Amino acid sequence: MKKVEAIIKPFKLDDVKESLSALGVKGLTVTEVKGFGRQRGHREVYRGAEYQVDFVSKIKIEVVLEDELVSDAVRVIQEKAKTGQIGDGKIFILSVENAIRIRTGEMGKEAI
Amino acid sequence: MARSLPWEKENNERRELMNTGDTAFVLVSSALVMLMTPGLALFYGGMVRGKNVLGTIMQSYIILALITLEWVLWGYSLSFGPDHGGLIGGLDWFGLRGVGMEPHETYGPTVPHLAFMVFQCMFAVITPALITGAFAERMRFNSFLLFTLLWATFVYNPLAHWVWGSGGWMSKMGAMDFAGGTVVHISSGVSALAAALVVGRRLGYGSTAYIPHNLPMTITGAALLWFGWFGFNAGSALAANGLAASAFVVTHIASAVAALSWLLVEWVHRGKPTTLGAASGAVAGLVAITPGSGFVGPASAIFIGGLAGVICYGGVMLKGKLGYDDSLDVVGIHGFGGTWGALATGLFASKAVNSAGSDGLFFGNPGQLGVQFVSVLATIVFAFGMTLILLKVVDWITGIRVTDEDEEKGMDISMHDEKGYSY
Repeated sequence: MKKVEAIIKPFKLDDVKESLSALGVKGLTVTEVKGFGRQRGHREVYRGAEYQVDFVSKIKIEVVLEDELVSDAVRVIQEKAKTGQIGDGKIFILSVENAIRIRTGEMGKEAI
Repeated sequence: MARSLPWEKENNERRELMNTGDTAFVLVSSALVMLMTPGLALFYGGMVRGKNVLGTIMQSYIILALITLEWVLWGYSLSFGPDHGGLIGGLDWFGLRGVGMEPHETYGPTVPHLAFMVFQCMFAVITPALITGAFAERMRFNSFLLFTLLWATFVYNPLAHWVWGSGGWMSKMGAMDFAGGTVVHISSGVSALAAALVVGRRLGYGSTAYIPHNLPMTITGAALLWFGWFGFNAGSALAANGLAASAFVVTHIASAVAALSWLLVEWVHRGKPTTLGAASGAVAGLVAITPGSGFVGPASAIFIGGLAGVICYGGVMLKGKLGYDDSLDVVGIHGFGGTWGALATGLFASKAVNSAGSDGLFFGNPGQLGVQFVSVLATIVFAFGMTLILLKVVDWITGIRVTDEDEEKGMDISMHDEKGYSY
């Protein structure tokens, strides 16, 4: 069991979600996050005062998968979230020890 | 028919002088000007950070209540009551004693004295509310209430008397201020400077980005200000007549042109036109046309508004250079805009617009500019000096500034135990 975490551009969320659903992914968690990487922040100007905003808004997707689904999931995320510009984001893959469905108490594969 | 007693006859004659159209117009104008203060609350509220939105809105909103009470108890009497040496009205009209349904011979001779009183009440309300932009995000609420009460009594009331009160020294000198360029805008602008200096900069000045949290709220507020300003300026004619229409039109023109000129300046200076710039420009134009609105024609209004956008943009830039933290640019917009407007009245006033006024420099009367200059200078010195003193007194009594910890938490939680947004 693995967790795939992807930091992506917000406007790519719908495409990524659709293609993960098409792969048979049954659930995922989305968070609005801010951060910085190679993409620089942006400038904001209010009444002539200039501010450099360093943290860029991104979307973090977290999805826990059976091992055999991971490579496909990573492939479609990369495909769908890619614009070719700096700031497209990153994908992390983490090992997960176990999962429990709260309602039924099912564990492992059954719970995801 | 019952025989009429002499005083009844006199009352009937007064009543005949009353004009229903004028009365309706002044009452509606009062309601329009009232709306400006909640409008200002939104204008300012959108420009602060989310944690201070209620604290900022509250400062304007509660002034509507506080200064209304001050006004009916002693403020109106001090401002417009029987004159003492050209400096202040007496307490003869304390609690509106003697201020009734009959017109007063000087203050709107065709409308009930009460209508004039409540129209002026709305001016007394919005003026201290304007100052709150300077110390937004860091002043204690109790100190703010005390300061506002003192400021209304010791700064606004005397100034209103000087300029508009029967026997006030500025009006006797011939200074022209149709709707409050000196009384409202210069006074709030320079008091804002004093407040920014005494209260000090916000935490994190220079390193924290004080980014407006809700500009749509600010734009809505600016729209309400623009709308209410028709009552402010046209209503100052105190009659539903041609002068009111003229004031209405030049007010609208100046605001429109100033919105454009501010936008143009920032487009050139910073590369992009902004909505906050358009809203700020519109307000700057309204400020600048205020003193001359009953004395200048449409072409002059284009010029006054056009320069207002440029001058106030420059005024706002100045705070960064000089290092005072006037949070929401009261100095830049009301101080600079009001000063420009008062002087511009001395340039562009024309008896062709208002025969009760004087001509300005461009209409053959250079002396008027000198008179305007004296009134501007006196207002600046008086309002700045008094505000410094009052703030020191308040600081000594209650302490003026919130603790660093409270400032960090934000005014909403630290002063009012509530939050503007629960998501």
